[in-house]
Amino acid sequence: MEVRLKKDSLKVAGKILKSRLIVGTGKYKSFLETAKAVKASGADMVTVAVRRVNILDKKKPILTDYLNPKKIIFLPNTAGCFNSEDALRTLRLAREMGGWKLVKLEVLGDKKTLYPNMIETIKSTKTLVKEGFKVMVYCTDDPLLAKKLEDNGASAIMPLASPIGSGLGIQNKVNISLIIKQSKVPVIVDAGIGTASDATVAMELGCDGVLINSAIANARKPIIMAKAFKDAVISGRNSFLAGRMKKNHFATASTSNKGII
Amino acid sequence: MAKIQLNGKKVEIKSNYSLFDLLKKYKLINKKVAVEHNGVIIPKISYKRKNLKDNDKVEIVHFIGGG
Repeated sequence: MEVRLKKDSLKVAGKILKSRLIVGTGKYKSFLETAKAVKASGADMVTVAVRRVNILDKKKPILTDYLNPKKIIFLPNTAGCFNSEDALRTLRLAREMGGWKLVKLEVLGDKKTLYPNMIETIKSTKTLVKEGFKVMVYCTDDPLLAKKLEDNGASAIMPLASPIGSGLGIQNKVNISLIIKQSKVPVIVDAGIGTASDATVAMELGCDGVLINSAIANARKPIIMAKAFKDAVISGRNSFLAGRMKKNHFATASTSNKGII
Repeated sequence: MAKIQLNGKKVEIKSNYSLFDLLKKYKLINKKVAVEHNGVIIPKISYKRKNLKDNDKVEIVHFIGGG
């Protein structure tokens, strides 16, 4: 008999996502590979960046030739912004492009670690919320700062697992758990996930979702890895909902001794 | 003729060129783009009304792949 699971979807800023996996669209070899990986991942939402149009080559293919914003939710980000001013400018342009109010804010503080500058991040969140944006915020895994973001109107808290593109997985499970326990808005682990099992761990901790880019795009076979992540996130979520067994320090036999010969 | 800075590059355009004409020249009408003129974001409905002059700075952006 097939097990029927209750419908379980992720709700962010009023939008309902069937998949708890959000994927980035950077670093792929081609737009075709991007589109295939996005499809294999089953994600309803993809992150996109805002950059200058190439005016020298009018015929060069562009992302929207391969991913249709009417079919998949575009989440504009502020990748590469190192201060509030640049981040706000980027997201205001994104909104003008097609009415996007749901955005991902990331204000970086250091070129080597790409660690978020939380002072600028909090400042930007306040301004964006005031302007009517729904802001999903990339942040450190500090529970106090995560709370501060939520108090300032963030629509989702997106703590890093480890530095962007490092593939080191979740470095501080305790902090991620603390953030999950205290947050009333979705917590989505962003950055640093290295492989499918890392995503399962994040979901088992009780995260509402994960955002993956490099771990898929930099895999030897990105499209297969996208499918691996899809399954890993579903598994982790189900495992979390099922509730794991208690850990024991001694063995407990799986077979009853009753009727032993 | 007028000289403007378009996406960081010097570009020569005809006098009395509007933002709409500029976007048309680069085949960007009806594409998902946003335009900034001298630091101010211009709504789509104003493209035809906005005339370009010497030394204007125009930025045209779109979505690219990103994480």
